[in-house]
Amino acid sequence: MPIKSYLAHPHKDKKDELFKALSSIEQCEVIPAENKDLLILITDTQNNFEEDTLKEKLETITSLKLLAMVSGFNTPKNT
Amino acid sequence: MYTSVLTDRRSFIKRMALLSAMTAAATMFPGILFAEEQERGLPKNGNLDWKKAPCRFCGVGCGVLVGIENGKAVAVKGDPKSEVNKGLCCVKGYHSVIAMYGKDRLTKPLIKKNGKYVETSMKEALDLIASKMKETIKDYGKDAVSIYGSGQWTIPDGYVASKLFKGCIGTNNVEANARLCMASAVTGFMTSFGMDEPMGCYEDIDYADVFVLWGNNMAEMHPVLFSRMLDQRSKRNIKIIDLATRTTRTSKASDRSIIFEPQTDLAIANAICYEIIKNGWVNKSFVEKHCNFSKGLTNIGYGLEDKFKFKDKPEKITFEEYKKFLEDYTPEKVSKLSGVSVRDIKYMASYYGDPNKKVMSLWCMGVNQHTRGTWMNNLVYNIHLLTGKISEPGNSPFSLTGQPSACGTVREVGTLTHKLPKGVVMNKKHREIAAKIWDVPVENISPKPTYHTVEMFRALDRGDIKFMWIQVTNPMVTMPKLKRYRDAAKKEGRFIVVSDIYPTPTTDIADVILPSAMWIEREGMYGNSERRTQYFEQMVEPPGESMSDTWQLIEVAKRMGYEKQFYYKEETHIEEIYNEYIQFHKGKKHGMAPLEVLKEESGAIWPYVDGKSTQWRFNSKYDPATTKEGFDFYGKPDGRAVIWQRPYEPAAEVPDSDYPYWLNTGRVIEHWHTGSMTRRIPVLHKAMPYAYVELNPEDAKRMRIKTGDKVKLTTRRGEIIMPASVNERGIPAPMQVFVPFFDENMLINDITLDSFCPISKEPDYKKCAVKVEKV
Repeated sequence: MPIKSYLAHPHKDKKDELFKALSSIEQCEVIPAENKDLLILITDTQNNFEEDTLKEKLETITSLKLLAMVSGFNTPKNT
Repeated sequence: MYTSVLTDRRSFIKRMALLSAMTAAATMFPGILFAEEQERGLPKNGNLDWKKAPCRFCGVGCGVLVGIENGKAVAVKGDPKSEVNKGLCCVKGYHSVIAMYGKDRLTKPLIKKNGKYVETSMKEALDLIASKMKETIKDYGKDAVSIYGSGQWTIPDGYVASKLFKGCIGTNNVEANARLCMASAVTGFMTSFGMDEPMGCYEDIDYADVFVLWGNNMAEMHPVLFSRMLDQRSKRNIKIIDLATRTTRTSKASDRSIIFEPQTDLAIANAICYEIIKNGWVNKSFVEKHCNFSKGLTNIGYGLEDKFKFKDKPEKITFEEYKKFLEDYTPEKVSKLSGVSVRDIKYMASYYGDPNKKVMSLWCMGVNQHTRGTWMNNLVYNIHLLTGKISEPGNSPFSLTGQPSACGTVREVGTLTHKLPKGVVMNKKHREIAAKIWDVPVENISPKPTYHTVEMFRALDRGDIKFMWIQVTNPMVTMPKLKRYRDAAKKEGRFIVVSDIYPTPTTDIADVILPSAMWIEREGMYGNSERRTQYFEQMVEPPGESMSDTWQLIEVAKRMGYEKQFYYKEETHIEEIYNEYIQFHKGKKHGMAPLEVLKEESGAIWPYVDGKSTQWRFNSKYDPATTKEGFDFYGKPDGRAVIWQRPYEPAAEVPDSDYPYWLNTGRVIEHWHTGSMTRRIPVLHKAMPYAYVELNPEDAKRMRIKTGDKVKLTTRRGEIIMPASVNERGIPAPMQVFVPFFDENMLINDITLDSFCPISKEPDYKKCAVKVEKV
């Protein structure tokens, strides 16, 4: 099921806070930029329900200013 | 959402998603670093040896550092010391070394015997090539043999090819695929300035206030330079204007996207000139001191017939005559023709006309692959010359290239039928210089050009050419109206040699296949779009019996009896060839940097004079070759550049009731040209696994076509079926479709048209008429 990648833009001075918030979510892998206020977020969910739940969780993160989707892939969860 | 073809490699997909995001981030935030991720995958505790090289892919010529471990290239990063890319690296460059290690790499020479390819030794293959060439020359004459190379040829590859064919054998049957992408830029420079290649450099990006992109999808085709522009936008108040026939990633990142009807860029450029004159924005002092006005022939044809000939007849005109000519190009008239609003035409003209704004124009295939490509190049220069915005930091008409050495090899070494390393074959003095340096009798060098690329393949079809050696290019994917030329190559009595690193549709037509050494498996130099020559050393061993294209040619030359001219030693031949070659360019106008400088630095920009690169030519502040204060366009005998009167003329084939759509072809960011290398890089191949046809969403809705549906495209040359793409990567204007050409399983060039610019002989891959149907 879906694997998606996003560019996550934090609110001003909230990059570390956003990193912690995203990292605490099981379906999220986060790679912060070293020198810019930006994080890459990779999400990996099992089904549509899990995807919708994740979306709701992301919407509650106050340090997140903008989430821009870069790619989305549907692939069976088999390996 | 894309449905992946992968079913068992979820982690691989995750990495692909990550790389897509990193690529997008790098485009939006130049210089962005993800250190942890960049280090991941590299050998732990390894002793990586980082060595510098210019990137193998596009014409930007980014400096990269290649990480070598245990004799294998294992990593790439942008070279922070490179003035070209300042440490940036695009998705193709970042993965470039993977292209060297594809599973089906050619490692042994193959000879076709009884319809099957049989492995042989390199010695036997080279013996056969030499004997076949000698036999063909004996039976049919020297003009029955030919070589077709590439803008991916290193400088030494192209140099020895030219020396062997033009100097020793005595035929001008030397062409290169840069004819298909850069020839109009060359003839544009030659007609406007009398000298090839841009007067400015990439540093112009750091000074310009406005960037006008003429049919140039830089976000995908020149992503590192586009990132440099976006970087400037984040620091200064600059504007990016995308003038194109299709909405692309570049359009979306620009400040203004202006869509025009195909071919009407000719009229738009004239309308901008009209506005400049009408509003009193002409830099009168500059024009009076440094420009002439000329006109040439009109209704010049499209080259569709075999043996098509054209010679322009330039005629000087006055400024008043030119002004009168432009009355046909008022914004109101041009708006009706082009679909561009009067407001947008005036908007662009106002930036060019504003004396306080520095303007950079950039273009590549949209302008060059055009049946009036030379004219289009002239017209962009007209705008810069009328306003005096040229040859100084930030004011720069800049023609970009698509291959790593289209400039360094094809244009500077001169691997085109009419060219010599210095000058042209038609010029007695130039032939004498070449004969002296090549150590051949001057009579050997024929004063008559033979075939440009399209005509060379037509000659193969007719049987005028019997032997063709193709190196480092894939014409059986790239030739327009491809089927004719594929059938030609298979005809009885033709002998084709192909040197390449992987099997391609071009190796399929070969009688002999030679495995070539790729990029850093050998030593060489490339020359990029800003006149920068860059050196790379051999870093790893080539696989099996693979051999550099340079040494293949030398071995054959020796076998043909030219030992005296091809005296080079195997261990030092690249240095010997380079030192011989740069004798052609001695002097202040084109002096090349010594090899030791190239080895030490990230390249040098010619003219290299008194130990310094020349960044801006023709301006006495920067260019030591000028002979007067201010500007000196010394390519022309009187030091004046030419403002050309060039009209709008329609395309060779326009949509009609039978074929109602425009067909445009081009590239995508993931793949480089025909994809023979990038399709062997798993992450790039999986990200863009096959070609597609982009449709305008309204057209698609009307025909009930959605993404993934099969669509049949039919032109007067044939038909092809491919999946639709709607509202995805790019969005064509209504009644237009776009197809990328990287996919050898869906050869779009089977149905394109082989019309070309009569002056440059460069084909127009951007415009022909097509019927579109849902299957």
